[in-house]
Amino acid sequence: MATMANPLRSSTANRRWRSFTNHAATWLAVGSTILVIAPLVAIFLDLVYKGASSLNLAFFLKLPVPPGESGGGMVNAIIGSVVVLALASLMGVPVGIAGGIYLSEFGRGTKLSNVVRFTADVLNGVPSIVMGIAVYGLIVAPTKTFSAFAGGVVLGIMMIPTVARTTEEMMLMVPHSIREAALGLGVPNWRSVLSIALRTAMPGVITGCMLAFARIAGETAPLLFTAFGNPFISTALNQPIEALPLQIYVYALGPYDDWHRLAWAGSLVLIVLIVVSVALVRFVTTRGVLKGAN
Amino acid sequence: MGVGIEVNSLNAWYGANHTLQDITLHIPANEATALIGPSGCGKSTFVRCLNRMHETNPIAKVTGEVKIGGQDIYSDTSAVEVRRRIGMVFQRPNPFPTMSIYDNVASGLRLNGYRNRRVLDEVVERSLSHAALWEEVKNDLKKKSGASLSGGQQQRLCIARALAVDPEVLLMDEPASALDPVSTAKIEDLIFQLKTQYTIVIVTHNMQQAARVAERTGFFLNGKLVEFDSTHKIFTNPGDKRTEDYITGRFG
Repeated sequence: MATMANPLRSSTANRRWRSFTNHAATWLAVGSTILVIAPLVAIFLDLVYKGASSLNLAFFLKLPVPPGESGGGMVNAIIGSVVVLALASLMGVPVGIAGGIYLSEFGRGTKLSNVVRFTADVLNGVPSIVMGIAVYGLIVAPTKTFSAFAGGVVLGIMMIPTVARTTEEMMLMVPHSIREAALGLGVPNWRSVLSIALRTAMPGVITGCMLAFARIAGETAPLLFTAFGNPFISTALNQPIEALPLQIYVYALGPYDDWHRLAWAGSLVLIVLIVVSVALVRFVTTRGVLKGAN
Repeated sequence: MGVGIEVNSLNAWYGANHTLQDITLHIPANEATALIGPSGCGKSTFVRCLNRMHETNPIAKVTGEVKIGGQDIYSDTSAVEVRRRIGMVFQRPNPFPTMSIYDNVASGLRLNGYRNRRVLDEVVERSLSHAALWEEVKNDLKKKSGASLSGGQQQRLCIARALAVDPEVLLMDEPASALDPVSTAKIEDLIFQLKTQYTIVIVTHNMQQAARVAERTGFFLNGKLVEFDSTHKIFTNPGDKRTEDYITGRFG
């Protein structure tokens, strides 16, 4: 035993080698981080560079002008996006959260919950254009009109799987002891689930909703078959409505330089719209957090 | 005021595991009753049967009769109703992390639909004083989360939360096992004061603790109640050889 080298008391050469691998691994991690962040920063900078120069008050106040004329704005698309996204969130978030609660609390181990979970995962992978066609068949064709409502429905459906699965995961992370505390006080189970478990899981649930929101905010394909687009300001739910991604799509593919510039500006506004909504929700929902809460 | 508990041939299972076998005992009102025994002997399951928490586990099953103040909790009333009358303090302090100290104490009333601010203020102050925590937290009631307190304070907060719904019985499942000696002493002092008003059932691994706080002690082993008698008798002159072996430290 005495002659055996203790691997923890190693030679100088060994120490050098370990120091080298240690640094190499650290730099590999740092390098990967930069690689991940770089495209995001590049896209954002490009967007600010190309978009900001075309951004002016008219962009927010004026309707698009006919091809060939310069100027004009995207007020119809901005309002349209807000309407469609609000409608989608109004439908997708409650259904998603309720579904997630069912999966984590009431459906544990049941056949139905396995079906729901599987369906949600598949739904998450369905290409958005297919969703658009499906809702076209479900709503647009029977009502014989493209509509803001159909746009809201398709985006709302796309939110559900993300919201439901994150809600489920977050609810499962709430310690069992906290639920027991509530039940031990004579609180009915449904009340304990809503007021204690869901409330404790809320920060994570909100993150899930925001992820889903950010994902659908940029969707173009499903809106082509549902919201369709509208050159005028509209807030009617049974009429076609414009949306920023749609307008960007049309303008970016168009032959005019002016359109290209407006498309850049629209992209910038879309990104800012998403960032501001996420920040706003974060701000509102973290205001009441107490000292020492975890 | 506390009420007595009558348990007649209580059996409990976790799946196929018969964790409690034919338990019969009478717990008198307004006394502290300690339950001792090695890990896995069924004492925690027993207290969880007294407020129907046992059945919250989907694979759990109970048979037998538990009468609290003369009312059979398994046939005459609902589980929710029972738990309102019988408070429980758990082994690990489990305050609601998203709630302030005040909201934690008020939670039992609020979650059952009680909203009167004046009454809530009063109940919160009384319960916290009762749990000997008022002086330490009265300035941070609504500012700090229940989870920001120390472990011992959290456990007293949980006791205050249980007291706020004005239970007749207080079940304590090893309430001091996760606490340091100073906090433990505080909890024991508290049990002394509380037992004048509530019937207390305390599960403990600590035999000195049982001897200090309880009038009566029950010894559980392998799912059976081996002996139930006055604490003095159990610790000085046990009737059963197995009890004697356990308290003298020959096993367990």
